[in-house]
Formats: sequence, C-alpha cells, structure tokens
Amino acid sequence: MKKRRRSRDLILLGASLLPGVGHIALGKRSRGVRLLVYSILMVLLVFWRWEKFLSVFQNKSIGDWVAALFLIISLAACVAFSVWDVNRLLSGTVKKAQEKSPFQLARRRFKENRLAIISLYVIVIMYIIGILAPLLASHDPSAIDDVLETRYQSPSREHPFGTDEFGRDLLSRSLYGARVSLSVGLLAVLIAVSFGTIYGSVSGYFGGIVDNVLMRLVDVIIAFPTFYLLLMLVGIFEASVFFLILILGFTSWTGTARFIRGELLSLKEQQFTEAARAIGLPSRLIISRHLIPNAMSPVLVSAALMVGAMIGAEAGLSFLGIGIRPPTPSWGNMLSQGKDALLVAWWVAFIPGALLAMTILSFNLLADGLRDALDPKALMRRYI
Amino acid sequence: MLLKVENLSSYFFLDEGVLKAVDDVSFYMDEEETVALVGESGCGKTIAALSLINLIPSPGRVVQGRIFFNGEDLLSVSAEKLRKVRGGKIGMIFQEPGVALNPVFTIGHQIVEVLQLHRGLEKHRAEAEAVRLLAATGIPEPEKRVKAYPFELSGGMQQRALIAIAISSNPRLLIADEPTTALDVTIQKEIVDLLRHLQKLYKMAILLITHDMGVVAEMATRVMVMYTGKIIEEASKEELFEEPKHPYTKGLLRSIPRLGAGHKEPLRGIPGAVPDFLSLPSGCTFHPRCEYSEGFCFKKFPPLKDITYTRKCACYKHYRI
Amino acid sequence: MAEILLSVSGLMTYFPFGSRWFGTRQWIKAVDGVDLKIERGRVLGIVGESGSGKTTLGRSVLRLIEPTAGTINFDGVDLLKLNSREFRPMRRRMQIIFQDPYTSLSPRMQIKQIIAEPLRFHRIVSGHQIEERVVELLAKVGMEAYFMHRYPHEFSGGQRQRIAIARALALEPDFIVADEPVSALDVSVQAQILNLLLELQRKENLTMLFISHDLAVVERISDRIAVMYKGKIIEEASTDTLISSPRHRYTKSLLDSVLEAE
Repeated sequence: MKKRRRSRDLILLGASLLPGVGHIALGKRSRGVRLLVYSILMVLLVFWRWEKFLSVFQNKSIGDWVAALFLIISLAACVAFSVWDVNRLLSGTVKKAQEKSPFQLARRRFKENRLAIISLYVIVIMYIIGILAPLLASHDPSAIDDVLETRYQSPSREHPFGTDEFGRDLLSRSLYGARVSLSVGLLAVLIAVSFGTIYGSVSGYFGGIVDNVLMRLVDVIIAFPTFYLLLMLVGIFEASVFFLILILGFTSWTGTARFIRGELLSLKEQQFTEAARAIGLPSRLIISRHLIPNAMSPVLVSAALMVGAMIGAEAGLSFLGIGIRPPTPSWGNMLSQGKDALLVAWWVAFIPGALLAMTILSFNLLADGLRDALDPKALMRRYI
Repeated sequence: MLLKVENLSSYFFLDEGVLKAVDDVSFYMDEEETVALVGESGCGKTIAALSLINLIPSPGRVVQGRIFFNGEDLLSVSAEKLRKVRGGKIGMIFQEPGVALNPVFTIGHQIVEVLQLHRGLEKHRAEAEAVRLLAATGIPEPEKRVKAYPFELSGGMQQRALIAIAISSNPRLLIADEPTTALDVTIQKEIVDLLRHLQKLYKMAILLITHDMGVVAEMATRVMVMYTGKIIEEASKEELFEEPKHPYTKGLLRSIPRLGAGHKEPLRGIPGAVPDFLSLPSGCTFHPRCEYSEGFCFKKFPPLKDITYTRKCACYKHYRI
Repeated sequence: MAEILLSVSGLMTYFPFGSRWFGTRQWIKAVDGVDLKIERGRVLGIVGESGSGKTTLGRSVLRLIEPTAGTINFDGVDLLKLNSREFRPMRRRMQIIFQDPYTSLSPRMQIKQIIAEPLRFHRIVSGHQIEERVVELLAKVGMEAYFMHRYPHEFSGGQRQRIAIARALALEPDFIVADEPVSALDVSVQAQILNLLLELQRKENLTMLFISHDLAVVERISDRIAVMYKGKIIEEASTDTLISSPRHRYTKSLLDSVLEAE
C-alpha cells in the first residue's frame, strides 16, 4: 500500500514542476489554473521579447533589471511553490477542518464578494504589468522619431493606443506611467500607515501628557493646508518619484494616527490587555502583539482607499505640472498633454484618464470588499 | 385567563440555518399571578417574551402560534392595535436599565411620553402624574429626579424609573426581563419588594424572565423551565423547588451554591454545556447531558405532558403509565 | 500554623479626578486603608457590592493598578518597594483570572499561543516542551489537546474561562487573584468552573484571593471572608463565623438580601 502511494506521489510531484498541473490533478483547480496560466504567460513573454530580455543584462537601467528579475524569480517561485504545496497536500498534514482564525474567516467572506475579487485581480494584474513594463513595451516611451510623420496617429496595430503629439507610442507610455502612478500610490500609503500606526499607538497606549502633546502636534499638521505644503516642498526638492512618495506619505499619516489612537484607547481597557500586563509583558510587546493586530482591520480598509487617493493626488499634481515632469510618463502628465488635443486626437487624453479611473475605482471597490469582509459584527453571532 | 399562548414558534433565519429560538411553546397566565419563565442564557426565554409583543429583532420572526390577550389574538391584529397594546396593556422592563433608557432625554420626559401616548393626558397633568409615579416606585425626591437624566441615577434608581415608565399606562401584564440581574444584591431585594408591592396595588400579572432562582423563589407563584426553545417543566413554585422532576431542572437547582451548605465541596451540577442551537441533539435535546437517558430519548423530543393536576413535564421518565 | 504568604497593610489606591490646577483636585478612594493576611494554601474571599473597591483591591495587590500607599508583603518581599524591572520576575508568582471570558483572551491568537505566551516570555520552556506544557495545562482544566489550535471565538463562555485558568496556571504561581471568575457565566457552567477552581486550589495548594459579589459562591470556596464597603474592610472572619454570626450591620444586610431558593 505504501509503495503504490509512493510512486503516485512522485509522479504528481514531478508533474507539478509544471506549475499548477499537480494542483489540478489533486482537485485544487482554481489554485492550479492560476499558477498554470501565470507561468505560461510569463514563458510566452520571455519568448516574445527574447532580444529585449537578453539586452536587459547589458544596460544599466534599474527598471529593466527589476522587470527581468521579477519575471525570472516569480516563475521560479511558482515552480517551487507548486512542488512544495503539492507535497504538503499529499502528506495530509492539512486538516480539512479549516483554520478558523479571524483572518481566515475574513478571507472566506472576501472571496464571496465577486466585485471585490475582480478588483483585486485588476489591481494585481496592473501591478505586474507595471513591473514588467520594460519587457512589455514594444516602443521606447521617450523615443521621438520623425515627429511630423508619427504624431497623433490613431490606434492601430502597430500602436494599439495610438501616439501622442511627439509621436511616442501611447501604450508604452501608459505602461511606464502605470509604474509611476502605482508605485507612488502604494509606497506613499505604506509610509503613511506605518508611521501613523506607530505614532497613534504610542499616543493611545501611554495616554496622559504623551497623548496630549502628540495629538496637539497632529492637530497642527492637519490644520496646515496640505496642497500648499506640497507645492512648497516640490519647489524645494525636485519632483522626482522618490521625493513625491516621501512628501505624499508624510502629509497623510495623520488620519491613521488618530484612528489607531482611538482604537488603542479603548482596547487597552479590555481585559486581555490587563492579562498581558499580568504576565509581565512590557508595553512595546503588548502594543505590537496584542493591540495593533486587533486594531488593524479598519486601517486596512482605509489604506486601500488611500492608495486610490494617492494615485489620484499624484495624477493631479502631475497634471498641474508640479508632480512628475515630462518626458517621464505619468498618467497625470499624459492627461495634461492630451487635454489640448481632445478634438484632434481624443485617445491621448482618454487612455490615461480611463486607466486612472479604472485603477482608482478598483481600489475603492477593494476597500468596500475589505470592509465587508472584516466587519466585526459578523464575528459576533453569539448574542441571540 | 389573561394570556393564552398556543403553539408559539419564533425562528431566526440565518445564513447557517434556521435557529428555532422558540419551538412550539404553549402556556397561559391568569390575572394578577406571577409566572416565572426560567432558563439559562440562550434557552429562548427572552425571545419568547419579545414574541408576545412582536418585538423580535430580524432576522427572526414569529412563524406560527396564537397569542390570546384579553380575548384577541395579538398575532393577527393590525399593527396599530398592537402598538396600543405594547406599552399600554402590556408593559415591559428590561435587563440593563441604563441601556434601556434614552440617554438624551430626562426621565420625566420619557414617562410623560408614555402618558401622553397611552393615557392621552395633556402635558401638565402628565408631568404631575410622572412625579407621582416616581414616588410610587420609591424614588426619593421625585420632583427633582423627574428632571434628571438617566446617567445621573444609580442602577437601582434607573430600574425604578423604568418600572415607573412601564406601569404608567396601567398595564394588565408586566413582562420583566431579568429585572435584577445587573443590580447589586441589596438593591435586588428592594426591586423585588417593589415589584410585589406594585403588583398588588395595580393588580397586574407579571411574567418574570430570569435565570436567578433566588428571585423566582421570592416572587413567582408558578414556574416554567425552558431549555433550547421549549418548555420542559411547569409547576407551582413550591412543587418545583421541593421536588423538581425534569433532570435538567434537578441539575439546575443542584448547580446553585446555597449559603450554609457544602463548604469546600464541589457542586453536583450538570455535565457538558448547552448545545448550539444550530446543531441540536436529536430527540430530547437534553439527553447527552442527562444521567437518566435511555434508548428512546434520542428518537423524539418528549412532548410537554400533564403529570399531575398542576404539573407538566417533558420527560419520558415521568409520564404516567 | 501555616505561614503567611501575603500580608497587606494600610493599602490605599486613590484615583484623582477634577482639575489639577487650583487645588480643586479630588480623589476617589477606591481602596481606603485595607489590611489583610492570607496564609499559604488558603482562600480569602472578598465580598462587596459594586463600588466597594473589591475589584481595585485585587488589581492593586498585583500592581496592575498602582497603589497610592501602603505595603504589600509577599513572601517576605515588600512589592511596592520594587521598581518595575525588579518586580517583573515576581509576576511569575502571582496571577489573575478575570471576570469576562469574552474579553480576557486575545481574539487573534490561537489558544496555544495564548497559554504559551507567559511560558515563552519568561523563558521557562522552549520548543517542543512548550506544546507539551500546553497540553498538560489544558488537561488540568478539563480540555482536549486539539483545542489549542482553535481561536477564542470558537468556544463558549465556560470553555474560555477554563482557558483563562490554564493561562493563569502556566507560570505555576503561588498566588492567584480570582476576580469574579464565575459571575459572567450561566448557572450550570458556574457550578462546573467553581468545582474546577476548588479542585485546582486543593491539588496545587494555591493561595487565592477570591473576589465576588455572590456570598454563596464565596462561602463555598473560601476559608476566610472579608466584607468590603466603600474601600474599607468592615468585617473579616472565618467563613463559618461570618455566615453564622455576622457582627457588622452591613454584613447582616448582605446576608439578608441573599434571595434563597428554598
């Protein structure tokens, strides 16, 4: 009996070197299909852009290296995960009685929300496309050819999104623009949420004078007109992506800080906090291990919304000319350039606009989905 | 007969399944008597009481039954008629008075509201009556307290205020849902005494819902014990305490520590825990925890049967042959 | 005569309220000059109504709330003279069981982590031994080993309270403060948990401070009972004496108020 199982297992393990096949055979179809589709697409990409792929290793552009490495590593990860997961499933250590951690419960609820799942896919795909932009783009986004010939071409096979006023391929520009917008959005929010959480938890947990001082500081910052602050800071430092992320991040942490502080103020009165103190845990451990995880759910929801807002903010700034400046493509400045040619070449403005709208909408829907999934009321079913 | 409940069932329709909070419950109440509906949390007693005046929170609702109050079936009257009865002929007081009172209105305002609505009094007379009612419930300095907000009062005072609101419309039936649970021991006794006094004065019947057997012993004439949505025993107070028949009732009474008995000794109690409503045991829902359970106990839930002229029990062991 | 493990004298825990300026500062005297002694292996019951200060007393003894004045002598050491770092190891010897089983367990941690946390933090055991200890502790409170992979919200109130007790026992403390441990539970579950506490107290020779408003419950488990009123202990005696011949007026009224199921 053991021997038969062994050879069947080995076959499955071998098959799972092709990511997803093992999973499909074992019945975990959705996971298997996802792995398989992704891997096939990545391999196809390599073959399609073979020369580009090879040339990446000669030039110095970081972006190109990131794209190529991402492709290779993600593909390797798929294979490794596929084999490891199939092995785990075969050895039967996974109990069918699912884990009922609050996280798992929320995940299950999230999966039932079609709209949220779709948004999640859209966002993830956008990010992957953004990272792989150098490989996907068929034209150099800054390449200017014979302008008079190539400008304002309507969408065609060679230029699926058309060209702009300088004859640059809009599809490629959009791809590169995605990188800017999406990374600014995500990283700025990461900074804002991390800093805000730490600030807020210190303020909320320790209370007293500490809380008072810290919150008054927050009041001052909130009172400051962010927009003019941004203008000023952008004027002082150049408007590079890096600085933009920093600036946007450090002007939007206050909401998170206030919220976390409120949550901690109430959580610290709960008895499990007292229990932690009774064991002798120091404050920092109590905050990080017990309090913050319990306060995080609404923060996640607002973080998703904030990413959408940051993307919009960056687009707005770039549109006005104070954010990312051309020739670096950003959906915002593309929009700005396109607005002058609306009647002549509507696609130049429409494409980046549509992409922005779709992205921000996806983040909003994601936030909705997160909120419904994390809603604590659903956990409190016991109170009949 | 003041109240006759026939085959009342209230179910909650949840994603996970149907929760039968009240399952085919029948009982009656006479004028001026005090009947206790007893059980642990989750047995359905609160929902049973709420069903009487159709105040069950969604996703629950009454699915069958008839509730005859003063001759009329409350489940088939118009919504307006029901509203008149609710707070009018049937009053209700709740467990946590601090939560049941509206924090943004003074107590006086809340009593006057009821008086205007149910007794049609105009404002000045209502205000005077409010003061009188507060005095009747033993609140000192009622003229001052009438203008007070709920948070300014202690728990005991709040409960008295709630009682004042409930009796202001001269109800025939007062439903008291755990009226003493959230209160201190010395205050509990005062509230119990108050309720007994008011009952005599206003000639009300009281449906007392509680898990506190001590309060039952003080106030009730008849007792009904509920378990997982059904009534499993019904008897006069004396009979129940002296000689409980149903194994659950027996176990329940054994779980209560009594002063002056069994120092440092474990209580006999009931093993196991109350089952989850969504996965009730088959047959008699108590059988897994019952020391007397036999083969047929898991086949069908024993119906509530008369075992003597005054007592009912839902247990195969006690049916007359 | 058994040795005295805990000796409290002149304990005062005052809470300030009102303005800090202009001398209008007032104090809530939650614990107002309390003396008590508990012998090793014995249970002292504290009875009082809400506002009597009994909850604050329990927490003050453990320094979960910092007392304002007085001495707490635990096994020869004056606890209030220690700074927080010196006090930390003492925490191993004194633990607490809380009233509300629904909020005393961290909702996002597995039972195993909850019970193991004190063990891990004080580095008592590590690695495999942790799991063994957790299983052992769960067995002591009458729970199956596989429960340790579950989360608090999957359990009933009574089971959660058992878990809380297991956690309190993890560090093998000499002294446990039980703050209304059965008050939030159903009648039949109360009996079970009370029995469990009786058994554990006997087996592990625990010294306990048992706080409750329910005189009948306190009587069953305590060797001596102290009655608290407005921050002071107004009567203290052995259980039999207090119940059968109370001296203070308030004690008498408490006994009278107990509604007896005949």
